This record gives sequence, structure tokens and C-alpha cells, in this order.
Amino acid sequence: MMRFTKDHEWVDLVGDTATIGITAYAAEQLGDVVFVELPEAGKVIRTGEAMAVVESVKAASDVFAPVSGEVTAANGELGENPQTVNDQPEKSGWFVKIKVADPDEVDGLMDRAAYEIFLAGL
Amino acid sequence: MTGEALKSTPLSASHVALGARMTPFAGYGMPVQYPAGILKEHLWTRAHAGLFDVSHMGPAWLELTSPSGDGEADHRAIAALIEPLVCGDIRGLKPGQLRYTLLLNDGGGMLDDLMIGRPANPELQGRLYVVVNAATKDADFAAIVARAGAAGRLIRADDGALIAVQGPQAADLLETLVPAALDLGFMTFATEAFEGASLTISRSGYTGEDGFEILAPAALAESLWTRLLADDRAAPVGLGARDSLRLEAGLPLYGHDADETISPIEASLGFAVSKRRLKARDFPGAARVASELAGGLTRVRIGLRVLEGAPAREGAQIAEPSGAIIGAVTSGGFSPSLGASIAMGYVPPAFAEPGTALKVLVRGRAQNAVVVAMPFVPHGYVRKPKT
Repeated sequence: MMRFTKDHEWVDLVGDTATIGITAYAAEQLGDVVFVELPEAGKVIRTGEAMAVVESVKAASDVFAPVSGEVTAANGELGENPQTVNDQPEKSGWFVKIKVADPDEVDGLMDRAAYEIFLAGL
Repeated sequence: MTGEALKSTPLSASHVALGARMTPFAGYGMPVQYPAGILKEHLWTRAHAGLFDVSHMGPAWLELTSPSGDGEADHRAIAALIEPLVCGDIRGLKPGQLRYTLLLNDGGGMLDDLMIGRPANPELQGRLYVVVNAATKDADFAAIVARAGAAGRLIRADDGALIAVQGPQAADLLETLVPAALDLGFMTFATEAFEGASLTISRSGYTGEDGFEILAPAALAESLWTRLLADDRAAPVGLGARDSLRLEAGLPLYGHDADETISPIEASLGFAVSKRRLKARDFPGAARVASELAGGLTRVRIGLRVLEGAPAREGAQIAEPSGAIIGAVTSGGFSPSLGASIAMGYVPPAFAEPGTALKVLVRGRAQNAVVVAMPFVPHGYVRKPKT
């Protein structure tokens, strides 16, 4: 089940591997994505740290790690086609996969219903 | 948010109706983009015609309090009121001509960049059309009023709408609505009667494309905007694409690529310094400008193509290949037309030659870049109208 943060990242946990990306709302707000900077495999990231940068025509925005863990893969497709983030933000536009330090941390995030209520309040 | 309420333009309701994302800019609520998004709006302007609301800017008229009725004498008199503030040749303007010039401080730094035009109409000599930037307009107007004293009167026109129509099809858009616009060449302007009011139309803009800027009374704004937009070749374009378009065109953005510490020569705007005025040294900061032209230049505005990695934005440092920091980017980003990252910045003249290999530092990473001539994308100005 996908989980969401107030910074508009999504986390999809399967076993102890979490796939992380930015939500459709975030992609819409950013506008046309022209460049994505991702961490390399092996990098250890901690909750709340800037782990990636997504650049639209207008500005650069940090993407914060929603949970702690070690990066196992970064989405190379985004180097070639950064607009995948706009086209498929919650699918093939994923950013990184990480081996999570504590799967319970994911459970503490919002589910989709809670995230949608959060969005409605913005 | 600041406590002060944002000002609106006569077109604010139209932007909201079009689904624009509004953002505070220079005290106004302005459309940063419409639903199409910055990339599409940018490319549309390069291929067709973009409509921009730039009513936040500062159009005004400066006129003699007591004109003599002799057109040439009155033009010389009004030019003499504003020339002490700018480095351009205002006296030498031909009727109907518009000129890009710079308001300077005593140190030769730029207080603003602006347009000054001399009306074509023989009845309107002793008047100048002045258009300044939004964020600086109150200070600019105050300086002009103070300098003109009792001899001149400034009539602000920033309660109207200023609509820019930009792109290779801009002229087609105006062909039926305001046919007289097509008689204008680049950097000329005219005031035309239109539906019981008047429009001041210049063939000018901030995108590098052919195009027009139309000053209309507020009461006509929405109707004019809607009729222009009804044309299939037109699309609304927000401030986001306006910025990427002017960057590609190599045009400096005041407050970023130009400011009160930077001289016209440093900014590669030497073309805006009049030879007559330089010889006479009769503008603020003329001594600095002259010494920089004589070889005393320490930094100069250049264009950079970033060859790899992330876009280099304002504030990114520029380094020599060896790593020594030599300057900084003043504006930069992704160029939709080139599909590459471009930037403007300041470096010592020794590094300004096109082809010079440099580095830009983005988030601590040194990325290869090369100095290139500006504009990054060729201008499409129409210097002489079709006859």
C-alpha cells in the first residue's frame, strides 16, 4: 500500500524495499520537470534529509527522504527523460528504491485517504 | 505574505478564468503560468503568438508643462529634462522612435532599464513615452519628477493594461484588429484611435521575437485580450515563460543581471550608451563608463551553455577549469528551445571570449560549461515593416 508525506513524496513498501517518488500533486505543482538529481546506490539517507533535487523550468526543489534507509537503486530513466516525472509521477516516474532501516516508519505515514484530506486542506 | 494587499491588473479576472496559477510579483498578483505550463507556453511563443499581461510595468508620459508649439524645440526641451538621468540619446530620437536606455546613479550603476519614445504625431512633440520596470517604477518616477521640476509633468499610465503580443505570428494577430500596428518597424511606436479610445502600440518586447506591446485603457483591456485570444494562433503566456524567453534572447532582467552596482559596460549594454553623451560626459557615472571603455573593466556579462548536469541558476559560482572561482551566475535555467541549460553571469573580461571553457558549481559539483555569444536563440525582430 502506498503511503504519503506532507512534503508530497510517496512510499511503496514491498518487503523491506521502499520505492519512493513524488506525488501527482507535487508533479503538477512543479510543472515541466527538466532535470532530476538522484542519490547513488549505497548512499544512506535519513528521514527528512534532502535526498534528491527536481528541477522544473522555473526552479530547483529538494525532495526529502520520507524514511531512513540505504539506496539500492536510482531510476536511470529520469536522466534521459525527466518528463516521466510529470507523465507517470506515481509509477514509472519513481526516484529511488531504498532498503528501509525500519519498516514501521512507513506505517506512520499517511495512507491515500489521509493524504487526500491533507491536500484538500491546502 | 506581507500585510500589504496585492494589486491586480485590469486582466486579473481573465487570468483566473483561464486557470492561471497566480503569484505575487512586484506587488501585483500575476499569472506565472496557465494550465498548458511554462514549457508549452514558451515553445508556443517561439512558433506562433503568445499573449502576456505586463500591466504591472510602469508606462507613463512625460510632457512639458508649457510647450512652445515648435515641435523640434519642444522635443529638445523634454529630452533635456530626462537626459541628465539616463545614458541614452533622447534628443536624437526620430519621431515615432523608441529607445532602450538606462537610468544610472552617480557611480554609474544601473537603477533601472527602460524604454523612452518620441511620439510620431507632430501635435504631440514635447512629450515622451516612458516604460519602466514594475519593481522600480515608484522610485524611477519619483526621480524623473524631481529632475523635471516645474518644467515637466509625469502622467502615469500604469492604471491601464499593457498587453504584449509576441511571436512570429504576432503581426497576423493584429492584422484585422489594429492594422496600423503592421506599419511599425522594430523599436517604433504609435498612438492609434481604437473604439472611442486610444491604444499606444510599440513594436518591441522581451522575448527576442517580433511582437508588439499595447497600452490600452483599463476599460478596453478585457475585450481586447479576449478578442486577441480568440485567434487560433494566440495562447496566453505567463511570467514563467516570459523569463525563459528573455533568457534565451540574452536580455538582462533588472534586479538579477543588472543592478545599482553594475555599469552598462559591465552588463554588455554599451550599445545603450550614446556616443554624444559619452563624449560630453553628461550622464551620471560617465567617468566610470569612460574608464571601463578605456580598459578598466573588471567583470563583464557573458552567456554560458552548461554542458552537463543540473541547470545553473542565479547564485551558482563560475570557476576556471583549474577550480578558482571567477564569478557567478545571475540568471540561468533550462532553455526549452535548445533543450539545454543556459545561463548569464559575470566574469573578468579575460574569460569572456566565446569558446572559453569554464565550470559552474551547482550544489558543490563542478559542471562543464562554455562561454557562448548571446542571444542564445536568434532574434526574430522585424526591423522594417512589410509594405
